[in-house]
Amino acid sequence: MNRLFVLMLSAALAAVGLSACSKKEAAVGPQPTEAAKQAQIVRGQYLAAAGDCYACHTVRGGADYAGGLEMPTPFGKLYTPNITPDQLTGIGNWSAEDFWKAMHDGKSKDGSFLYPAMPFTNYTKVTREDSDAIYAYMMSVKPVNRKNTPHAMGFPYNQRELLAGWRTLYFKEGVYKDDPSKSAEWNRGAYLVEGLGHCDACHSARNMLGAVSGDDVSGGLIPLQNWYAPSLASGRESGLGDWEVKDIVDLLRTGVAKRGAVFGPMAAVVQHSLQEMSMVDLTAMATYLKAQNEKREAAPLLHSGPSEGLTAAMMKTGAQIYKDHCEACHQADGTGVPHIYPPLDNNQALTMRNPVNAIRIVLNGGFPPSTEGNPRPYGMPPFYQDLSDEQVAAVVTYLRQSWGNNAPPTWPVEVERSRGVPTD
Amino acid sequence: MSRLRTLLLSSLALVSAALVQPAAAQAAKAPATVPDTLEQRLLACALCHGDKGQGLKKNEYHPRLAGKPTLYLYNQLANFRDKRRDYPVMNYMMAFLSDTYLIEIADYYAKLTPPFPAPSTRADAAELALGEKLVKEGDAARKLPSCMSCHGKALTGLEPAIPGLLGLYPPYISAQLGAWKDNRRHAMQPDCMHDVAQMLTPADIGAITAWLVAQPVPANPVPAPVGSLKLPLECGGLTKK
Repeated sequence: MNRLFVLMLSAALAAVGLSACSKKEAAVGPQPTEAAKQAQIVRGQYLAAAGDCYACHTVRGGADYAGGLEMPTPFGKLYTPNITPDQLTGIGNWSAEDFWKAMHDGKSKDGSFLYPAMPFTNYTKVTREDSDAIYAYMMSVKPVNRKNTPHAMGFPYNQRELLAGWRTLYFKEGVYKDDPSKSAEWNRGAYLVEGLGHCDACHSARNMLGAVSGDDVSGGLIPLQNWYAPSLASGRESGLGDWEVKDIVDLLRTGVAKRGAVFGPMAAVVQHSLQEMSMVDLTAMATYLKAQNEKREAAPLLHSGPSEGLTAAMMKTGAQIYKDHCEACHQADGTGVPHIYPPLDNNQALTMRNPVNAIRIVLNGGFPPSTEGNPRPYGMPPFYQDLSDEQVAAVVTYLRQSWGNNAPPTWPVEVERSRGVPTD
Repeated sequence: MSRLRTLLLSSLALVSAALVQPAAAQAAKAPATVPDTLEQRLLACALCHGDKGQGLKKNEYHPRLAGKPTLYLYNQLANFRDKRRDYPVMNYMMAFLSDTYLIEIADYYAKLTPPFPAPSTRADAAELALGEKLVKEGDAARKLPSCMSCHGKALTGLEPAIPGLLGLYPPYISAQLGAWKDNRRHAMQPDCMHDVAQMLTPADIGAITAWLVAQPVPANPVPAPVGSLKLPLECGGLTKK
């Protein structure tokens, strides 16, 4: 809380500092004061967290922002670059203009096209002022000498000129424009969710050319990670339309909330990005996200899964497994314990059409992230060795069809597919 | 004065809580109370490592955690988190946890003292003899240090960061030595166990394992005190960063 407050205060001071500075510039010339420069760096640090630059530009256990993270794509492997201010191997010789070109136009300093794994389709919405602040912050981090790993993309995807075609089809350059029919809070939320937050990089389906399909956050399987990022535009999938704004903020800030906990890649997003954000910005994001979810959809139809007899047998096995392994924490009636053990009744993470997340949570267990608001999270055991494919399918089917839940059953083959999939 | 006020306030709070409680209870089922303890938080670990960190016979690859030095345990948790050790389930379990929490978890298991499993005897006398020699003396011809030179004469480890080798299950010991040898397990640089494991043959690993698991655990199985041994190799991770 304290750190958050300091951050908010510094961001506020930075904003004041910047506006004071720009007025001064007009009067006496282009030299910003030391204090204004410092304030810009602090603001840039906050914005870099909002953009979660760290997540892709740092490997686990590696130096901050020195890159090298392998990003497997359906087209080959990309390795994220070093974005520390090292002159030889990082971006130490980039200007604020070069940085803006990367953020806004998706072009490197030499003019070559960036692969859209760098979410410039989102970052293009970021203002020049914010881009300059992030640049100032990046120039202030510790330079690290680490040569970039060459990408290993297959032909023809290794021909960057061909990205021109991709860009024509899927890239619309332009800073976010406020929707005057909406509140300032809604617009701030939209700016953060669609821009720096780049939520739709995961929370939407990608087409055959790796482009986010459509403008909305429509949900999709994250390529090669096989976690399903629920649609943020569907009340049925994310359920956020039914959540209080406060609960959405809790989830984003602490990783746990009354109605659920983050897991998989979203846990990393909370850890490195969202927990650093101010209450004002998180509330704006939650307000915007909730507004995307207010259209109600019909409950999903039960598709042709296992036969009715088989389902009944699975439900019986599943009920017993639930009693033996799940009930002590998640409670017999599936209501869980707020902020500690997520409720399973009416939990959209379980009832989405695609059962992969529920299966993987049963197999892998895990802890929500340590955050300032929840520094010592309660964990869930991984059941991958104690339960067979049939048993996992049975208990997931039981979860999907018990209490108020009504989702299709799950096959053992779907469990088998989820074993051995890398968790990050 | 202020104590009186506190007293008054708290009795007032009690009264009002008592008044409010029945109505609230009627409105919704009271949420289950969950113990605010590490034991409860770490139930996630108990399925594989046992409720007291004792290790479980059902899967002998998952080691005992109890009683190992705090810094050793912390290093392993951080190694999984930061991918110096490669085991996907543990890499995921640790992925999002802070250093502060990992130290608390390590300290929790370091203080537990559940009983050890009985030694498992193996018949092959020649194998046991080779194992005993390597554990106690090493092999001067190969410049291979003995296990005891770092893990202590009693093989119960050395504070603050070297683990004991007794009371473990055979598959765990041989799998770990194999993993060091094949570069699947790493520690902080200089990675001394890497260098040791490179010198071991598969037969050595089998013999060391067989002898270690045949030994009873001493009555007081605590690690030897800090600085009580002069290590033959330079090892990373022995001091808190």
